[in-house]
Amino acid sequence: MILEATGLRKRYGDTAVLDGVDLAVAEGSVLALLGPNGAGKTTTVRILGTLTRPDGGSARIAGFDIVTQPRQVREVIALTGQYAAVDAQQTGRENLTMIGRLLRLGRAGATKRSAQLLERFELTGAADRRVVTYSGGMRRRLDLAMSLVAAPRLLFLDEPTAGLDPASRATMWDAVGELVCAGTTVVLTTQYLEEADRLADRIVLIDDGRVAAEGSADELKARVGGDRLELWFADRASLEKAAVVLDVPADPQETRIGIPTDGSATELHRVLDALRAANAEPDRVTSHRPTLDDVFVGLTRRTLTTAGSTR
Amino acid sequence: MSATLTMVGRSVRLTRRNVDTMIMSVVLPLLMMALYVYVFGGAIDTGTAYVTYVVPGTILLCAGYGAASTAMAVADDMNSGMIDRLRSMPVRASAVLTGHVAASVARNAVATTVVVGAAVAMGFRPTASPLDWLLAAALVLLYVLALSWLAAGLGTLARSVESASALSFVMLFLPYLSSAFVPTETMPAVLRAIGDHQPVTPIIETVRGLLTGTPIGSAGWVGPVWAVGLLVVSFAFSVWCYRRRTRH
Repeated sequence: MILEATGLRKRYGDTAVLDGVDLAVAEGSVLALLGPNGAGKTTTVRILGTLTRPDGGSARIAGFDIVTQPRQVREVIALTGQYAAVDAQQTGRENLTMIGRLLRLGRAGATKRSAQLLERFELTGAADRRVVTYSGGMRRRLDLAMSLVAAPRLLFLDEPTAGLDPASRATMWDAVGELVCAGTTVVLTTQYLEEADRLADRIVLIDDGRVAAEGSADELKARVGGDRLELWFADRASLEKAAVVLDVPADPQETRIGIPTDGSATELHRVLDALRAANAEPDRVTSHRPTLDDVFVGLTRRTLTTAGSTR
Repeated sequence: MSATLTMVGRSVRLTRRNVDTMIMSVVLPLLMMALYVYVFGGAIDTGTAYVTYVVPGTILLCAGYGAASTAMAVADDMNSGMIDRLRSMPVRASAVLTGHVAASVARNAVATTVVVGAAVAMGFRPTASPLDWLLAAALVLLYVLALSWLAAGLGTLARSVESASALSFVMLFLPYLSSAFVPTETMPAVLRAIGDHQPVTPIIETVRGLLTGTPIGSAGWVGPVWAVGLLVVSFAFSVWCYRRRTRH
């Protein structure tokens, strides 16, 4: 295990942001911390990245204690924060060379490493333009490149694709995929189920400062049972009535309700009869394999989009 | 050390490219000086050509504007994630502050040169010997360093660039309550008491005396003592602010 954390706690004033988080990450794997806004994902990453001291619990990265040996930990890790930390008035190349010089690669070493990273992140053409002229996707790529100057063994990515368009998101995913192929361990936070599903070997569902569930995407999906039944409603009133009958949360942004099902015709009949009796019949019914969204609702009884706003 | 040099290089580069900063720290004091010399100067009796009187004050005013830019640049780094990037690397992240202070000194050197040059064009005729110039420059440097470290500390505490700019207004304001633009004897008693006993007045009187031969008197030691004292306190303040903000 390159990273082992036990019982991480952090309070800000009266709020327990982290309330005992345990993590274990095998070298070369990708762990996704999945959860709504305010769940404690960023705090976890900041603590592991030696930026914030935990109030309780401990963690070791590559055998070094994050609180007592931050210097050694920093030799191993790199952290890409939620907002691209790049100098808008420097060029892409200058930003990268600056990091290389700080890491004592020397002038020639820093120049060479910058050129490699610019090439790899398809920024060579824009290398000598100021970052202020870059698109959001280019900034994020440069930000990631800056974290890779030292070739870290463990990379933390805090919401690496938040606010990116689908094409830039796909490019970031490819970049992370390549890193992992090259043996880098990645811990990323995300609110996007698709991102966790696609990139992560293991997923830790975080809700309200605690680990709600942990496992591979398939294991987590298996935990909420077999197929899912989706019921689509013509109007909000019948959706809300149906939610009460079925005892599930009603997502204000959705026009459907998802429930677990064993896939049998008998169960379908039972559900529809119950809804008809309550005068809350759906328009349309579909069934599908569970998604991580279903997992989140099933395990926390909240939806990803509403969970943040209940805090 | 190499981290510091890298961050100095970065801050100087950013300063050069930031048009706002250059305007604020060079053009603004220049305009102020022209305004004082040509608009108000005629009505202010200082016993000499007003341009001769106003040069030392303008130089110190420059330092204030330059420091305000420093506070904003530091606040930007503290809040944009740059400091977090550096702190998660095996480098001394506080080098970012040293970089901004060094850039502030460089910026002020340019601003001061421009101001003195413009003043000469407006009729300023200094009588200083090379040694006087050197002493005056050293005193101004101490003052600039003190203000820059103070600004770096304020920038570290500020939660946004805007609040950093607001916090640094004191540094812009002090020269107005000194003998920078009018002799303190012309002020009402309360203001005069403030003016005579705040650090800017003796520093200005010393610089003025060195450049134009006016009597320096006790300002000759009070000014430098103030400047050194301010520098020590500002540096300690800035270290304290940085530790407080990054206490992990």
